[in-house]
Amino acid sequence: MSSNEPLIRAENLKKHYQNESDFIDRLLGRQQWVKAVDGISLEIEEGETLGLVGESGCGKSTVGRTLLQLHEPTDGTVYFKGEDITEYSSNELRELRQEMQLIFQNPQSSLNPRLTVNDIIGEALDIHGLEEGQSRDERIKELLELVGLSASHANRYPHEFSGGQLQRIGIARALAVEPDFIVCDEPVSALDVSVQAQILNLLKDLQEEFGITYLFIAHDLSVVEHIADRIAVMYLGEIVEVGTPEELFAPPQHPYTEALLSAVPEPDPGWNPERIILEGTVPSPLDPPSGCKFHTRCPKVIPPADLEFEQEEWRAVRSFATRVESGDLPLGSLREEYDVSDASEFDEAIREEHDIPARLSDPEAEEILSETIQALEQGSFERANDAIGDAFETPCTVHEPELQQVEGTEIACHLYDSRYQDGSVDESAASGQPTAAVSESDD
Amino acid sequence: MSLQRYVLKRVLVTIPILIGATMLTFGLVALTPGDPVDYIIAFQDVSPEVEQQLREQYGLDKPLFMQYLDWLAGVVQFDFGDSISNQRPVTELIMERLPYTLLMGSMAFMVTLITAIPTGIIAAYYRGSVIDQASRVFSVVGIAIPNFFLGILLLLIFASQLNIFPFLAPSSGGALTPEMAVYTLLPAITIGTGATALLMRLMRSSMIEELDKDYVTMARAKGLPERTVVNKHVLRNSLISVVTVAAIQVAFIISGSVVVEIVFSYPGIGRLLVNSVGARDFPVIQALVLLIGVAVILANLLADILYAYLDPRIRY
Repeated sequence: MSSNEPLIRAENLKKHYQNESDFIDRLLGRQQWVKAVDGISLEIEEGETLGLVGESGCGKSTVGRTLLQLHEPTDGTVYFKGEDITEYSSNELRELRQEMQLIFQNPQSSLNPRLTVNDIIGEALDIHGLEEGQSRDERIKELLELVGLSASHANRYPHEFSGGQLQRIGIARALAVEPDFIVCDEPVSALDVSVQAQILNLLKDLQEEFGITYLFIAHDLSVVEHIADRIAVMYLGEIVEVGTPEELFAPPQHPYTEALLSAVPEPDPGWNPERIILEGTVPSPLDPPSGCKFHTRCPKVIPPADLEFEQEEWRAVRSFATRVESGDLPLGSLREEYDVSDASEFDEAIREEHDIPARLSDPEAEEILSETIQALEQGSFERANDAIGDAFETPCTVHEPELQQVEGTEIACHLYDSRYQDGSVDESAASGQPTAAVSESDD
Repeated sequence: MSLQRYVLKRVLVTIPILIGATMLTFGLVALTPGDPVDYIIAFQDVSPEVEQQLREQYGLDKPLFMQYLDWLAGVVQFDFGDSISNQRPVTELIMERLPYTLLMGSMAFMVTLITAIPTGIIAAYYRGSVIDQASRVFSVVGIAIPNFFLGILLLLIFASQLNIFPFLAPSSGGALTPEMAVYTLLPAITIGTGATALLMRLMRSSMIEELDKDYVTMARAKGLPERTVVNKHVLRNSLISVVTVAAIQVAFIISGSVVVEIVFSYPGIGRLLVNSVGARDFPVIQALVLLIGVAVILANLLADILYAYLDPRIRY
C-alpha cells in the first residue's frame, strides 16, 4: 500500500435494485430498477472520519453496505488498502470482515435476541480463530469494559439492556476483530439525545485510541458536524458536495446543502435564519429527474438564456413545467377547488395554484405559458407539452453536474460552472471543460 | 423467573384445566339423548322392572353428580369401568387400539416436520422461485382439501390403481410390524397434509421476517459463512413460532385420526370412538374423549414450555 493511497476508495460505485414487480410486469418482461446509489466516488484516508448525510431514502445506507461488500455493487470498484475488493471471492471476503465492520442504526434488531452478549461478541472471535478458552472470555470482558459496560453483563440477553447499552454492545462486537474501518450506519439516530452524546464521544475516543477509520452515516448535519473530518452530502444516490465541516457550513454551497443547513435547529433564540423550505418530495429513484437530479426542488435553478425572469417567478414557472412534463396535474380536482367555469378562470386557477403571477414579466415567456395553459384547459397534456417545448429548459434540466473544486469544497452544481452561467443549454464556454467560478447571484 | 419455576407454575395451572376437562367430558356425554340401556333393550320387549334393574346395575339411576364422582374416583386410578356393549374393561379396549393410533399420529407428525420445515426454509430463502410457488400452491390445496376426501383419493390412486400400498390393514401382528408401518403411511400422509401446509407457510413467513432483520446482516458482516448465518441465526429464531404451532398440531392430528381411521378402516381409537358413539357405550366414549382432551392439554403445555425454553425473553 503506497503512502498516498487512501484506506478506502470507491470509484463510480453503483447499486441498482430490481423493483418488486408484479406478475403482469414479469410476464411482459418489464423491469424497473431502483437507482439507490448512482455513481458515487469517494475516498477516506486512514484514521479519518467521513460523514455522509442526506434525507432518508437517498441511498446513504446502501453506500455503506456496498462499500463493505455486504451488497454486491452493480457497477464500479471499491479499493481497500489499494486492493480491488469487488473482485474478492467469498473466502477472501470472509478474511476481509476482520478489517471492516458495521455498526447499525437500530441496536435492538441488530443483536440476535437468542444469544447472550458473550455469544454475540464471542462469535466474531470464533470465526476468525482469534481467541480461545480462557483468553476468549478475558477478551470479551476487556471489550465490554472498553465500551463502558461491566464484565458481569456478558451472560445477559439483549432484551435486558437499554438502547444505549445495546449500542455499546454493538460497538464492542464491531471492535472484537480489531477492524481498521467501521461503517457507522446512523448509530445514534435511535437513541435519546443525552445518550447520543455519550455514544459519539465513545466512538471518538475509540478512534483516537485505535486509529480506526469511520464512514459515519447520518441524516442530521448537527450530529455529523461534531465527529466528521469531512462531510459528503448525498441527494438521490449521488454526492452533491464534499468538504470539511467549516467549508461546507460556509458559502459557496450547493443549494441542497444550504437547505439542509437551514433546517438544523440552533439553540440561540435570537438566531432567526431564513429557513429554506424545499418544494415537493424527493423524486422516486425509480425514475430520477433528468440533468441535475435536484432541479425539481432546487430554489436556485438557472433561468434559460433567452428569457428574462425574476428568480421567484422562474422557480414557480419551472415547477409548473415539471408537473406538465410528468403529467402530474390533477386538473379535475383543480377545477373543483377553484370553482372553474370558463377558460380565463382556469388560467387564474393554474397560476394561483403554482404561485405564478397573472402576467410574466417576459412577454415571450408569457406567450408560451398561456398557450400551455390553454392546451391544458382543453385537457391535452400532449399539446401542452408541445407548447412548452424546450422553452423552459435550462442547463439544470439537461446536463448532469459533476463534482468540481469550488474554493476548497467539491460541489456538483451548474451555478459554479462558468459554461452554464448565462443559462444557455449549449456549452457556451470555449474550453468545453468544466471551469469553476462562483456565481454572483448566489448570496 | 427461572425456567424451572416457570415450568412448575405452568404444570400446576394445568391441574384445574384437567379437572374442567373431566367435568365437560362427563357432562357432554350425559347430555346426549338416550342412554346405554335404551341401546341394549332396543328392538326387545322388556318389562320396566328389568329396565330399572339394568339402570341400577350401571349406576344410571343415581343423581348425575354422584355418577360423576363415582366415575372420577375410577378415572384417577385409570379405571374407566367396563364397556357396556362387550363387557370388557375400557382400559383394556383402549390399550389394544392405542398403539395403532400412536403409530399413525407419530408418522403423520414426522411426515409433517420432514416436509414442511425444509420446504419452508427453501421457499423463504429463494423467495419467488419455482419451489416457493409450488409450495404456495401445495399449501392452498392442502389446507382446502378435507382429509376424508384426500384419504379416499390416495386410496384410489396408490392402493387401487397403482397397487403400491395395501388396501386393507394387515389382520395380525400388532402395531409394530413393517407391514403395519407401510399400511399406515397413507393415512399418516392424509392426516399430516393439513398440518404440513400450515407449518410450511408459517416457516416461510417467519424465516422471511427474520432474514430481513439487522442481526442477520450483522452475522454476515462478522464473516460467518452463509450456511451458519441461516442455520444458527435465522433458523433458530424463526423456529420459535413454528415449534409452538407444531406442538398444537399434535392435537389436530389426534382429532383428525377419528375421521381418517374410518376412511382407512384403521384399527385405532378413532374407529373405536365412532363405534362406541353408535352403541351409546358411555364408559368408552367418556374415556376416549377424556384421553383426547388430555392429549390436547398436554400438547399445549409442551408448546408453552418449548416456547419459554427457546426464547429467553419469555418468562412470565
